Amino acid sequence: MSSLTSLNLGEARAGLRAKRFSARELTEAYIAAMAAARPLNAFITETPEQALAMAASADARIAAGGARPLDGIPIAVKDLFCTKDILTTAASHILDGFTPPYESTVTDKLWQAGAVLLGKTNLDEFAMGSSTTTSHYGATENPWRKSGDNRPLVPGGSSGGSAAAVAARAALAATGTDTGGSIRQPASFCGIVGLKPTYGRCSRWGVVAYASSLDHPGPMARTVRDAAILLGAMAGHDPKDSTSAPLPVPDYEAALSGDIRGLRIGIPREYRAPGMPGEIEALWQQGAEWLRDAGAEPVEISLPMTKYALSTYYIIAPAEASSNLARYDGVRFGLRVPGDSLADMYELTRAAGFGAEVKRRVLIGTYVLSAGYYDAYYLKAQKVRSLIARDFAAAFERVDCLLTPTAPSAAFAIGDHSDDPIAMYLNDVFTIPANLAGLPALSVPAGLSADGLPLGLQVIGRAFDEATVLRVGEAIERAADFPTWMPGTRPGMTE
Amino acid sequence: MTALIEGRTGQWEIVIGLEVHAQVTAKAKLFSGAATAFGAAPNSQVSPVDAGFPGMLPVINRHVVEQAVKTGLGLDAEINLVSVFDRKNYFYPDLPAGYQISQYQQPIVGRGRVILDMPDGATRTVGITRLHLEQDAGKSLHDQHPKETYVDLNRAGIGLMEIVSEPDLRSAEEAGLYLRKLRSILRYLGTCDGNMEEGSLRCDCNVSVRHPGDPLGTRCEIKNLNSVRFVMQAIEVEARRQVDLIEAGGAVEQQTRLYDSIRGETRRMRSKEHDHDYRYFPDPDLLPLVLEQDWLDRLRAELPELPDAKKARFIAEFGLTVEDATVLVAERATAAYFERAAAGRDAKAAANWVMGDLFGALNRLGLGIKASPVAPERLGALIDLIADGTISGRIAKDVFAAMVETGAAPGDIVEQQGLRQLSDTGMIAAAVDAALAAYPAQVAQYAGNPKILGFFVGQVMKATQGKANPAVVNDMLRRKLGG
Amino acid sequence: MALDKAAVAQIAALARIRLSETELEPLAAELSQILGWFEQLAEVDTENVPPMTSAAAIGLPMREDIVTDGECREAILGNAPRAAPGGPAKGFFAVPKVVE
Repeated sequence: MSSLTSLNLGEARAGLRAKRFSARELTEAYIAAMAAARPLNAFITETPEQALAMAASADARIAAGGARPLDGIPIAVKDLFCTKDILTTAASHILDGFTPPYESTVTDKLWQAGAVLLGKTNLDEFAMGSSTTTSHYGATENPWRKSGDNRPLVPGGSSGGSAAAVAARAALAATGTDTGGSIRQPASFCGIVGLKPTYGRCSRWGVVAYASSLDHPGPMARTVRDAAILLGAMAGHDPKDSTSAPLPVPDYEAALSGDIRGLRIGIPREYRAPGMPGEIEALWQQGAEWLRDAGAEPVEISLPMTKYALSTYYIIAPAEASSNLARYDGVRFGLRVPGDSLADMYELTRAAGFGAEVKRRVLIGTYVLSAGYYDAYYLKAQKVRSLIARDFAAAFERVDCLLTPTAPSAAFAIGDHSDDPIAMYLNDVFTIPANLAGLPALSVPAGLSADGLPLGLQVIGRAFDEATVLRVGEAIERAADFPTWMPGTRPGMTE
Repeated sequence: MTALIEGRTGQWEIVIGLEVHAQVTAKAKLFSGAATAFGAAPNSQVSPVDAGFPGMLPVINRHVVEQAVKTGLGLDAEINLVSVFDRKNYFYPDLPAGYQISQYQQPIVGRGRVILDMPDGATRTVGITRLHLEQDAGKSLHDQHPKETYVDLNRAGIGLMEIVSEPDLRSAEEAGLYLRKLRSILRYLGTCDGNMEEGSLRCDCNVSVRHPGDPLGTRCEIKNLNSVRFVMQAIEVEARRQVDLIEAGGAVEQQTRLYDSIRGETRRMRSKEHDHDYRYFPDPDLLPLVLEQDWLDRLRAELPELPDAKKARFIAEFGLTVEDATVLVAERATAAYFERAAAGRDAKAAANWVMGDLFGALNRLGLGIKASPVAPERLGALIDLIADGTISGRIAKDVFAAMVETGAAPGDIVEQQGLRQLSDTGMIAAAVDAALAAYPAQVAQYAGNPKILGFFVGQVMKATQGKANPAVVNDMLRRKLGG
Repeated sequence: MALDKAAVAQIAALARIRLSETELEPLAAELSQILGWFEQLAEVDTENVPPMTSAAAIGLPMREDIVTDGECREAILGNAPRAAPGGPAKGFFAVPKVVE
């Protein structure tokens, strides 16, 4: 492993600015790492030529003394972000060959900040999943394996490709999206940091839509500081997105003061899910202790609506998805299966183009919006969503952020749960509420399971208070001594 | 004005409600920055947002919202300060996203009304149920290829106001009056150009029949009627079809139909057969639209004078008849022309000239009033020349024709062509005497046949190239003929 | 709420997804299971609770009425599986004919 790829984002940035190495050298190291990591199937499209061209521009700017915030930093982009003139698939057969004539706002901001595009990472098809096993391009493997077990594990999902790439040091950092936990849960499974910002903090323009009111683009990185740096470049108001927050972007990096004294940390009792593994409960308590040691005050609180969050999500998200995916019809882009009639063409194209999980969710979504069922399902779920948001609002009158586990288990084997949709959906039990309420939430790797697999802890904060969430997350990171853990340096990990 | 249909089982009343789709006059579309101009090359006025590309998002055009509010105010309607955009989900090639952004339960405008100017001078009020904003769809061309339909998305995303009337109309004629009045109001406000040939105004028609006093019958919707004439024809044809069907023992099924103007019949529309479940839900990409009361008040204050108010004012200020006022206010530009022509002079004369000779000339030349070769002030000057006796009404017509042709001022034409009315009694007397001297037989007939006067008037006018003041001629002849 | 094959077929028609006969049965079972799981929401008292469509707590932003887009036909047609070729049909998307 190249020593260049062992540097985290903050360190690489410093190295580039101090001219200890060039952007070209750093990018070449990552291109090689990306190639070496191919067995993981973390990337759908590698863009080494583009990367080198961008690195060259970064080097020119650095030499001229006008370095941009992320100049020369090699980033992997979840293949849900439209990248101009570069294949963008959403991991779906129905977007075969789709080459967007536009760049998503978030990735455009990254390139404007000087970052380098390594490639487009794998995901669950249309971001629907918690395992990255529903991709048309095959499953992605978690770089971590259980001690003494050779079975490939899922990296989590839907941003599994991004998580695996970062964990395997095949990218310095990555973008993801989080609709029900799709940044945080794979971050937890792969032992990296993943942040779902507040709804509207990062623009959705140019991000292939799954569920419009729940989709959150966000950073995935090795450390909390790295995530803060990346968030700063990704965030900001976008007039092209009507749900984008018209608020200035604070300096998230500067907010990492290391001082969390006096902060009240809510511990929601309802997150103690029945059947939750003891080691996760233990890690959660450990997390609370770490924070107490750092001067914060854990406080037990209640979020009574928690148990209804999963149903609420699995009504609302598929409903919005059923409408957002209606545009995939074979007419203007992507796959077209010829038909004798228009109806045939639509039906055959969509039947061939969508995978089983996407079909399932589109059908559920169509049903819950249909005449006679709208009130009982969709409208009801919208109301319960209000109550879930109220729960958080009430909690935040007493505490400054919440601490919970990120996922109810460590990474499982590829192929497990594949025939039981609801079992798969339960992976998101801790992450979904923050999506429904639109609140910022961070997963920090905090410990290892008995099998030697990463376990994350989640910090949830007030709207637009990513600074506090990151600061508390960093305190956990410090206490958990995470940065030295990576595949190859701990027992039980793959090289 | 109910037009009852005589059927075998008695009289039938037609009940009509109209849904008008009016394209909002704006440079850009409702939710994207693409242009709206008519007649552009296919797919050249399309943003990726309009084309439903992955990741694209809508942003609402403030001016289009303003236009909808102004229209609501012009329809004397309730403006809803909070309204919501919903997705109407269905599949069709000219609907790229697979849904249309529309408004379902909370439209921007609520109940209002349109006042019909009936031919007999009375008025009739037709209720408006609501007005909402929605995206227009693209165009599907089915006749360009034997096996394919071609799709042009230029129109996709243009802002439409859907204006729904109460089922208050009772005849094809009333429907025609309603459409024309609605179009007039929209053109006054500048919120829609009302051009049905270009498709900026389209009408769907809901028609049902019943015996007077019975509850409402089942209605059929006739879609995409693009002229007032076709609307009226389609209503009559459909009403007749329904009456015949019921009287033959059948029942009207609720369905969507098209009007075939060549065959003069309505036909069931195949593509709308299934799929009435639009699964409306609030668009999560758009937050509720909240209007400020002061903004609304400012828009209301800035509204132009609308046809009904202008008509009332023309009747009160200018003493016009209801019929004349109704004609003159139908188009804002016509009303403005009339007012300038009538300023400070006989309004009735101005009205007659505008509605008679001016309209005649414009029709002949195929011009709208804004392109009139005769400016309103010049028409007014012509009327003054008649009023002060400089020329006769008869000569004025010739002068007017010359004004249309040359654009010259009436006074100049009169001088150049020497058309000044002859009022010099001496010269007229000479002509009168000459005429009387030339026709002694007719002079003798006068006592028994006073109509001979006309003959002599004609002779004097001929002798004076029509310039003699007719009143003076008549007067003088009468005295000399001895009456 | 249990769905039978006919109900699934109807939903699939609305969603324009062709399902084979063999897919209908297992899907009906899966979807019924998921819908059954949703029943728990009936226990929640939502009397007088407003529905929440968005987590964004802002008014609807508006744009100015200026032309900022379009005139990009190649970009619009560039990904089309079957755009009508040259001649009078140039510049259109093409789909199997729709009979009105």
